[in-house]
Amino acid sequence: MASNEEVRNQTAGTDTKVRGREINLLPAVDIFEDPHQITVQAEMPGVSREKLNVQADRDELVIEGDIQIDMPAGMTAVYADLHSTRYRRSFVLSGELDTERIEASLKDGLLTLRIPKRMEYQTRKIKVNVP
Amino acid sequence: MFETLFGGFDADLFDQLRRLESEAGQLFGPYARGAGIRSVHRGTFPPINVGATPERVDVYLFGAGLDPKRIEVSIQQNLLTVSGSRALDANQGAEYYRRERYDGDFRRVVTLPDDVDPEKVEAKYRDGVLHVAIQRRAATRPRQITVS
Repeated sequence: MASNEEVRNQTAGTDTKVRGREINLLPAVDIFEDPHQITVQAEMPGVSREKLNVQADRDELVIEGDIQIDMPAGMTAVYADLHSTRYRRSFVLSGELDTERIEASLKDGLLTLRIPKRMEYQTRKIKVNVP
Repeated sequence: MFETLFGGFDADLFDQLRRLESEAGQLFGPYARGAGIRSVHRGTFPPINVGATPERVDVYLFGAGLDPKRIEVSIQQNLLTVSGSRALDANQGAEYYRRERYDGDFRRVVTLPDDVDPEKVEAKYRDGVLHVAIQRRAATRPRQITVS
């Protein structure tokens, strides 16, 4: 396989991205928007708070994490759906999102990111006064 | 250390084997040795990795955000069944762009080696991974015999 060749195996939830020998698991995500924010929920089972890395600049959001689980010494693999211990996925952000105020929480391998919209972009209901 | 469970076998080789398996299936049709009767489509929730040592078999199920009270683990002889359900929050009024997370009931069945002891099973859920450890019977473990 050429080192710059990118192969994507589409499988629900646990897409694997192969670039040369480097394999990253693509976390399954739900992304939804309400008038105030965009919420990203990413599945990263096996990743603890210490092994999670979330980075955001103006344009890009990167989610990374390493799986760490208890394994006895001398174990041999019998069967594996997951072929890597590393999750990585990135998204291009848009300008109205306030990346300075992203809130992140990780519970039971589920990462939730709340990315607020800048105040001036938040949808406001305008009340019509009837005289 | 992690190589043993995730990358111990050559990933390329593994893919080649799988491809060969499917090609053989097409070439020889019903005469080819097919997939296990309880095997599932790749990508079925939750993904599973299984590792073994002479002392025990370890099954890892990767299911984020599960409620441990709604996971059922049962073992009959050498057949391990994990079932449960995951109901995602309905975010009323939100507009979805991506909905990739699995929602609903799940069930996975793993055929373990014949020497496992169904009485000695431990299961714990941490960081979104359900780890089931099943002890193997001592009598069937390989023993070193000293030549005198």
